[in-house]
Amino acid sequence: MVEFTLPKNSRMTSGKTWPKPNGAKNLRKVQIYRWNPDDGQNPRLDTYFVDMDDCGPMVLDALIKIKNEIDPTLTFRRSCREGICGSCAMNIDGINTLACIYGMDDVKGDVKIYPLPHMPVVKDLIPDLTHFYAQHASVKPWLETKTNKPAKEWKQSIEDRSKLDGLYECVMCACCSTACPSYWWNGDRFLGPAALLTANRWITDSRDEATGERLDDLEDPFKLYRCHTIMNCAKTCPKGLNPAKAIANIKKMMVDRVV
Amino acid sequence: MSFLTDRKRATGLGSAKTGTQHHWHMTVSSVALLGLIPLFVFTFGHILGAPYAEVVAYYQRPFPAIIGILTLLVGFMHFCGGFQTMIEDYVHGFARKALIIWMICLSYSAAAVGVFAIVRIAL
Repeated sequence: MVEFTLPKNSRMTSGKTWPKPNGAKNLRKVQIYRWNPDDGQNPRLDTYFVDMDDCGPMVLDALIKIKNEIDPTLTFRRSCREGICGSCAMNIDGINTLACIYGMDDVKGDVKIYPLPHMPVVKDLIPDLTHFYAQHASVKPWLETKTNKPAKEWKQSIEDRSKLDGLYECVMCACCSTACPSYWWNGDRFLGPAALLTANRWITDSRDEATGERLDDLEDPFKLYRCHTIMNCAKTCPKGLNPAKAIANIKKMMVDRVV
Repeated sequence: MSFLTDRKRATGLGSAKTGTQHHWHMTVSSVALLGLIPLFVFTFGHILGAPYAEVVAYYQRPFPAIIGILTLLVGFMHFCGGFQTMIEDYVHGFARKALIIWMICLSYSAAAVGVFAIVRIAL
C-alpha cells in the first residue's frame, strides 16, 4: 500500500554530532543514518567530520575512515571496493549507488548517507535483502535445457552471445529495485527491475530451452506488469545497465506470442 | 506469525497467466486515441460556440458523430484500464476490488451517457 508518512518507529530524530578532528584543514561534513535494533530508539542522523587530506576519494573510503577512527559502531556492508560485489549499495545524496565507486567530489555540500529506500533495516546502513534475493531465485537464474547434454559444451554464436551484453553484468546490488516506486508499493508481488533483468538475461540466452515456461511464470499483472517504465532503475544503476529496456523486451515477447 | 520460507513468500500464489491482454488493449487504445483525439478536437472545436441549431445540424452529419462516439468509447475503455492499473498500484486488500468495481461501473456509465447524447442528437 502506498505510504505518505513514515511509521512512528521509523521517524528520524536529530543525532549526535561528533567532534571535528584536531588540526584538519580540509573537512567534509558527513551525515549518516543510524539505527540500532537493540536500543529501542528511533533512527537518527549522526554528523561526522572527515579530514579529506587523509582520506581516499570515494564515499566508502570516508565510511571506512569513520568506522576506523571516529565511531566503530557504524555498521555497513562492503567487500570488493571496486564495484563488482554490490555489497556497499546505499542511498548517497539521494541516489542509490555503490559507495565504493561514488566519489566524495560527486556530492555538492554535505554528504548524506541513508540505507537503500523502503527496505526493512537490519542496522544502520544495512537493508534486509532476503525477499529481494528470494525473488531473484524465483526467476531460476540458471541454464534450463531439455536436450541431452552435449559431450563438450552448449555452443553459442558470437552474435547470440553479444545479445547478453548489458544483461549479465548485474551485481545484484538492489539499487534499481529500491529506486522503483512500483517496487516500493508492491514489492511483495512485483519482482522488481533486478530480478526481471536477470529473467530477461535467461530468456534472451540462445542456449536456454525454457523460454516458454519462463514467460509463463512471468505473465502476471503484478510480477511483470507493475513496471510502468518510470526508468528510475536505468537512471540509478551504478553499472550503467538498463533494466527498463530488459523489461520492455519481456513485454514485447509476451505480445509476440499472443498477437 | 507464520513460518513461510523466503522462496514461498517470493513465489506467492504463482503466475496469474494473465496481464498481456490488458497490456495489449492499452497499447491498441493508446494508438487509436492518438488518431481520435486530434480528430475530436478538430470536429468539436470547429463547432464550439456555435448556435444550438447549428450544433445539432453539425452532429447529425455522420463524420463528427462517429468520431465523437468512437472517442468516447475508446477513451473510456482506456480510462477504465488505466485507472484499474492505478488502483492496483496504490490500494490493497478489499478496497482495491471495491474501487475497481466502482471505477468500471463509472466508466461504462459515463460512456453510455455520452454515446446516448450523441445518438440522440444524430438521429
